[in-house]
Amino acid sequence: MAYHVSLYISLAVLIVGLAYKTSAWFFRRISVDSKNIPTSKRVSSAIRGIILTILSPKLLTLAKVFLLDCVLQRKLLRESFRRWLAHTLIYWAFTLLLLMHALDTFVTSAIFPDYYPTINPFMFLRDVFGALVLVGICIALYRRLAMKSSRVKTSPMDWYALILLAVVIISGIFLEGAKIGSYSIYKQMVSDYAGLEEQEQDFKALTAFWVEEFGTVAPDLEEPFDVNLVESGRRIHQTSCADCHSRPQWAFAGYATAAAFKGAAVAMDRAGMHIFFRYIHFLACFIGLAYLPFSKFFHILTSPLSLLVNSVMDKRHSEPANIATRQAIEIDACMHCGQCTARCSVGIVFDEVQNVNILPSERMQSLKRVAFGKRVAKEESELISDGTYLCTNCHRCTDVCPAGINLEDLWFSMRESLLQKDYPVFSILSPLSFHRGLMRQTVSESDYQKPINRAKEAIAAGPELIKNRDKPLALPSPDRELQGHLFLSNQGDTFSACFGCQTCTNVCPVVANYENPQDVLGLLPHQIMHAAGLGIKDLTLGSNMLWDCVTCYQCQEQCPQGVKVTEVFYELKNLAISNVAEKGIR
Amino acid sequence: MKFALFAGCTVPAKLKQYESSSRAVLENLGLELVDIKEFNCCGYPLRNIDLGLSVLSAARNLALAEKEHLNILVLCKCGFGMFKKAEHCLREDSSLRQRINNTLNEEGLEFRGDIETRHLLSVLYHDVGLEAIKEKVIRPYRDIRIATHYGCHALRPSEIVDFDDPNNPSIFDELVESTGAESISWRSRLDCCGAPLLGINDDLSVDLAQKKLLDAKQSGAHYLCNACPYCHIQFDTVQKTISSDQGGNHDLPSILYPQLLGLSLGIDGETLGLSMNQIDITAIERFLS
Ligand code: HEC
Repeated sequence: MAYHVSLYISLAVLIVGLAYKTSAWFFRRISVDSKNIPTSKRVSSAIRGIILTILSPKLLTLAKVFLLDCVLQRKLLRESFRRWLAHTLIYWAFTLLLLMHALDTFVTSAIFPDYYPTINPFMFLRDVFGALVLVGICIALYRRLAMKSSRVKTSPMDWYALILLAVVIISGIFLEGAKIGSYSIYKQMVSDYAGLEEQEQDFKALTAFWVEEFGTVAPDLEEPFDVNLVESGRRIHQTSCADCHSRPQWAFAGYATAAAFKGAAVAMDRAGMHIFFRYIHFLACFIGLAYLPFSKFFHILTSPLSLLVNSVMDKRHSEPANIATRQAIEIDACMHCGQCTARCSVGIVFDEVQNVNILPSERMQSLKRVAFGKRVAKEESELISDGTYLCTNCHRCTDVCPAGINLEDLWFSMRESLLQKDYPVFSILSPLSFHRGLMRQTVSESDYQKPINRAKEAIAAGPELIKNRDKPLALPSPDRELQGHLFLSNQGDTFSACFGCQTCTNVCPVVANYENPQDVLGLLPHQIMHAAGLGIKDLTLGSNMLWDCVTCYQCQEQCPQGVKVTEVFYELKNLAISNVAEKGIR
Repeated sequence: MKFALFAGCTVPAKLKQYESSSRAVLENLGLELVDIKEFNCCGYPLRNIDLGLSVLSAARNLALAEKEHLNILVLCKCGFGMFKKAEHCLREDSSLRQRINNTLNEEGLEFRGDIETRHLLSVLYHDVGLEAIKEKVIRPYRDIRIATHYGCHALRPSEIVDFDDPNNPSIFDELVESTGAESISWRSRLDCCGAPLLGINDDLSVDLAQKKLLDAKQSGAHYLCNACPYCHIQFDTVQKTISSDQGGNHDLPSILYPQLLGLSLGIDGETLGLSMNQIDITAIERFLS
């Protein structure tokens, strides 16, 4: 009764959960342009896309990806054999346990009409599979605990999943052990199958045999048994029990447990431990079932889906509605394995700038929160934006993702959405924007330009002096702090050797590009060097020239005084950013 | 000769043909390349934001190569310049070096400064040598005029990068001529391609690229030749979008040096990824003898 009630409850939660999660794929919005695509359009596009794909040669691609990536997990194997082994053990052995053991009434019995869980090969295989899952769990736990890199994180969700699996398997083994030793089950079985109630001698004989050979622990028996008694027990066993029972030694894990608890078996049986373990075992399974759509176990369905979908879609040819849906699926497909972070090109930056959003696996957690519509405070949102922009778009995360998630696309969509918020993201003023420049056509003109201007404006808002260009400057006293800052690269302080010959400005290709360069650029290179010499912070940090510098080093190369103009520029840029963003990039 | 190949971020993501053609050419010339999976960002894109971070990134790569006792061969000129700059900073500033090594030590790494960073072109010129290349050229070009684009971050700041004479460089031209092609002289060959500003000030970035393209074209070049992913993408992908935006067609196709060299070494166009360039360069095979 309790069993059926909890089974049906967990199935109901599972079904509702799956329905909710799946429907969310059609209304969750990540990219800017997906905001204008209604859910109905996404559903119809998805259906059309699926039908068209199935009717096309792409079906072959799907089959191949299903075999190599979903079933054989080739991507994981390429990255690490140990992880592949751990995952394959858990994945395969658990699937087999599920089919052969948990769903035995539907699967095993249907294939093998004389199936009993207590005969070989099933009894043996059950323990083999269980043991393999446990080995896999141990490797996974070991990896998470002994991980060298401080960058790859383990979240509570990761622990829950592993622990739940372990509880299912271990409670199963204990249940088996408790049953093997159980005298009450034994008696029940005898009354069901042998009908020996009246024949005390035969009952004794059978019991002696089962105690000797099957690990039953019976109270009040005089051992050692008489050989003839055991022999006659064996005969009764042959006729009444052998059809359904192989020797329990084959269930090596359960048998070992039974052997270990032999001394306490009678007491355990009286206390009903096998019932207790049965509850634990079933409850753990049902919790896992109900929890599946909301936990990392969801990846069992979504990761293969993401692999398949990504193998037949690309940004250029697929419908935007389907890309939006794919991205919503992808954030469910991440199982937080940390492979992306382990290979991230800017992972090292995290060692200095403790913003977890730099790390792709953690950024994904933030993306989930943003996409699921959770409230995110402005400060946190700024952190997410900064971390998300610190990315060289090297594509490595996407290449190694075992769930085939197109992370680079996802980051691009996420970044563009975040860039439309009303605070500046200063890293946009760096060559990290190269990728964005190349993707320009995919962004609307105003969405594209706004964040660049916002960052420039936020930096220019500080410096006051540079704004009133008509009035002569009353020279403030030199800003020693400014000058002191320009020593980072050992070359920043060379500004003091400038004698204002303007060679730098004359050879600058940026200056040469404009008819009235000062209107566009503010101060020109030689003027900035001179302002640095005078220690006027506002003038040095407020010029557009800094951000329009192509860093071609012509100025520096040609300077007769050895002023490292480009290096000074670099340092001024660093300084300007760290002035406005409290701790530089956060 | 053995080098650790530093392909960086941009090449594997956006310009695979540069890597495949470089590998093919270097293998053909008898070089051995080692891949270090743990390499990360060279640090160049971070310089505008935080010099310390960029030096840290570079230093980690250098330390990884040091661990393998290998010199680094860099495909990208910006990455090459960054490594040189980082080496310079770490050599000159012992407190910075201390700080960076503290961070690296956590991963069991250390920057000692006992390896060299080389760009593809300098390896070909100095380590392989023009004579060895010429010996291997089996299909020299005829009647083709190439404009070499040197790339700022390899040439300057010369006291740090030490690549070639910053005012009158020649190694790239000599390398091009070793394939039988003619390397033309043109006014703006040492100027910037504009790529560092792409995404920051696109108009300016494109202006600079276009000026160069026009000059090279007017100087009679058939092709522009590059050995840097940023420069190449600027003159290939970006040029293509300019041409289609403005409807004009002043296409001056850009070829990567290892593609140019590879063809004359007899390597097939597919390995060299000729068809992966945005602006069609397959016609160049007509110039091969
Ligand atoms: C029709 C098949 C069948 C016959 C005949 C049969 N059993 Fe069982 N027996 C089972 C099944 C099935 C289980 C497992 C029940 C469960 O998992 O709840 C079991 C469980 C047991 C257990 C608990 C240990 C374990 O491995 O689960 C004992 C003890 C046991 N049987 C003894 C006997 C004895 C003694 C006989 C002969 C008198 C006998 N059985 C005859 C099917 C049978």
